[in-house]
Amino acid sequence: MSTSTRSASRVVQAGDIYQKPLSVRLRLTGNRTLSYVAVIAVGIFFLFPWIWLLSTSLKPPEQIVQIPPKLIPNPMMWINYYYGVTSINFPRYLMNTLFLCAVTIVGRVFSCTLVGYSLANIKWAGKGVLFAVVLATMMLPGQVTLIPIFIMFSKLGWVNTFLPLTVPAFFGDAFFIFMFRQFFMGIPSELTDAARLDGANHLGIFLRIVIPLSRPVMATMLAFTFINTFNNFQGPLIYLKDRNLWTLSLGMQGYLQRYGGGSGTALGAMMAGAAMYTLPMIVVFFLAQKWFIQGIVTTGFK
Amino acid sequence: MSVLARRSKTPWSAAKKRDFWAGILFALPWILGVLAFQAYPMVASLFYSFSIYDIPKAPVFIGLKNFIDMFHDRLFVQSLWNSTYLVIVGIPIQLAYSLVCALLLNIKIKGQALWRTIYVLPVLMPEVVLAILWNWILNPNLGIVNNMLKVIGIRGPLWLASPTWSKPSIVLMQTWAVGIMIILYLAALQGVPEEYYEAAEIDGATPLQKFFLITIPMISPVTLFQLITSISWALQYFTTAYILGTASGSLGAPQGSTLFYGLYLYQVAFVYLRMGYASALAWMLFIISAAASWIVLKVSNRWTYYNVV
Repeated sequence: MSTSTRSASRVVQAGDIYQKPLSVRLRLTGNRTLSYVAVIAVGIFFLFPWIWLLSTSLKPPEQIVQIPPKLIPNPMMWINYYYGVTSINFPRYLMNTLFLCAVTIVGRVFSCTLVGYSLANIKWAGKGVLFAVVLATMMLPGQVTLIPIFIMFSKLGWVNTFLPLTVPAFFGDAFFIFMFRQFFMGIPSELTDAARLDGANHLGIFLRIVIPLSRPVMATMLAFTFINTFNNFQGPLIYLKDRNLWTLSLGMQGYLQRYGGGSGTALGAMMAGAAMYTLPMIVVFFLAQKWFIQGIVTTGFK
Repeated sequence: MSVLARRSKTPWSAAKKRDFWAGILFALPWILGVLAFQAYPMVASLFYSFSIYDIPKAPVFIGLKNFIDMFHDRLFVQSLWNSTYLVIVGIPIQLAYSLVCALLLNIKIKGQALWRTIYVLPVLMPEVVLAILWNWILNPNLGIVNNMLKVIGIRGPLWLASPTWSKPSIVLMQTWAVGIMIILYLAALQGVPEEYYEAAEIDGATPLQKFFLITIPMISPVTLFQLITSISWALQYFTTAYILGTASGSLGAPQGSTLFYGLYLYQVAFVYLRMGYASALAWMLFIISAAASWIVLKVSNRWTYYNVV
């Protein structure tokens, strides 16, 4: 819709250039070159740290600590990636992290869709209050509840298990409940009304009509939940003491703490580990790019 | 009419009752979740904040003492200042920079989709990797930044190892990963009607005038939103500061210059195990956060423009 008006105005602008005096025309093309230069210059600032990460991860130890540094490693030390896998205990941490991601996703799909449906599609007294509570909890900083929840979980004996990091997902998350509620509100009521007239109950409408229609919002939630859980640091830091339970974030941080300022060998392995840790995030982003951007724009997610 | 209403009332109230229970049942996970993970913790936290609670010992009620002690606590003042630095220096830089990036990405040039991806990609770098990488880039001797500065004859600072430069280093690192702000600004820019610019052009407005008189006011609601969310985020900032701290040997190094509020709160709670004082710090954070948002909202009436057309 807006694309057509935009491209139309572009045509007008393009035509304008040739009707304007030469000096203006030159300035316009000058601006164009300047735009390219600016976009590329800022782009290099965004791109360079990635290149530097890859470059360091492929350097032999003596080239990592060489002054002045070189950009292209020679020879390419692919073996750093092997060192990264073995010295950081990568497979173990990756399995733990993926397990947490999977359970969190299952929990949130279950809880947030049900609650979102209740707030969007069922007329019941108290719904307004509950929705207000959902919004209010989004404002409260996590730090306030962090300590009592930690004490609660430690009294339950859940410290050093995955339970504190997974069980809450089955009880909903304000942000995603809000997102599902907004999406469900947008489903045409003719669809659900027709099903109700045919005698379907709420569970039937929820499972057969609402859920199949909510693929876009589901994709947004999957992408966000994966990225957040994969990245989560403070939760695992507080609850997981046992090294065998560590996630990749804790494993990488532990490695940094032990070998941070250390030798070229350790730095190469660390950068290789860091690159491998980042890869799944980028894969998920490219698979779900559309939903990801849409989710940020519609909800202002941070 | 009244007969109709009365007749339809009896069958509907049965349906209403059914809907009520269905509503409760569907919302049950969240109702339980709020009670267990929000309501109870809030009440407990409030109680702890008025207590001495050095786990595993039981809490002892001491009234407002924790809140009074804060003002004699050098580390509280220092950490609050460090976090305030992120708000008053970091956020304006990030807002301005992300707006510039969004403006650049809004220019119709070749490879626009690719550039957009490149600008936003740092958001996807896990925070641990972000800290590891920037710690390496800003390494005083071996880091690429100081070696490049050397080429043009500048002796670079110690960055994260210098009390003066550690906070600017963190702001620099955060500014690199500012992609979400860019996405929001880009969406806002695309929402400004093209006709406004065309009308201004006819009136002979310069690009600068168009930017300050059309673009800035039109995207001001998004600026306000970003300001509020990033203030609360900056005051809670923890992860990369923690990781950089452990990499350099102690939390908040050098000389407490990166001991941010969230980091200090973590330290009091989970290193010193003083849960009472930590809960008081958490509530203080909430109060400061809410007050800052309130002030921003109040002041924003003057510069935020809502399109009422």
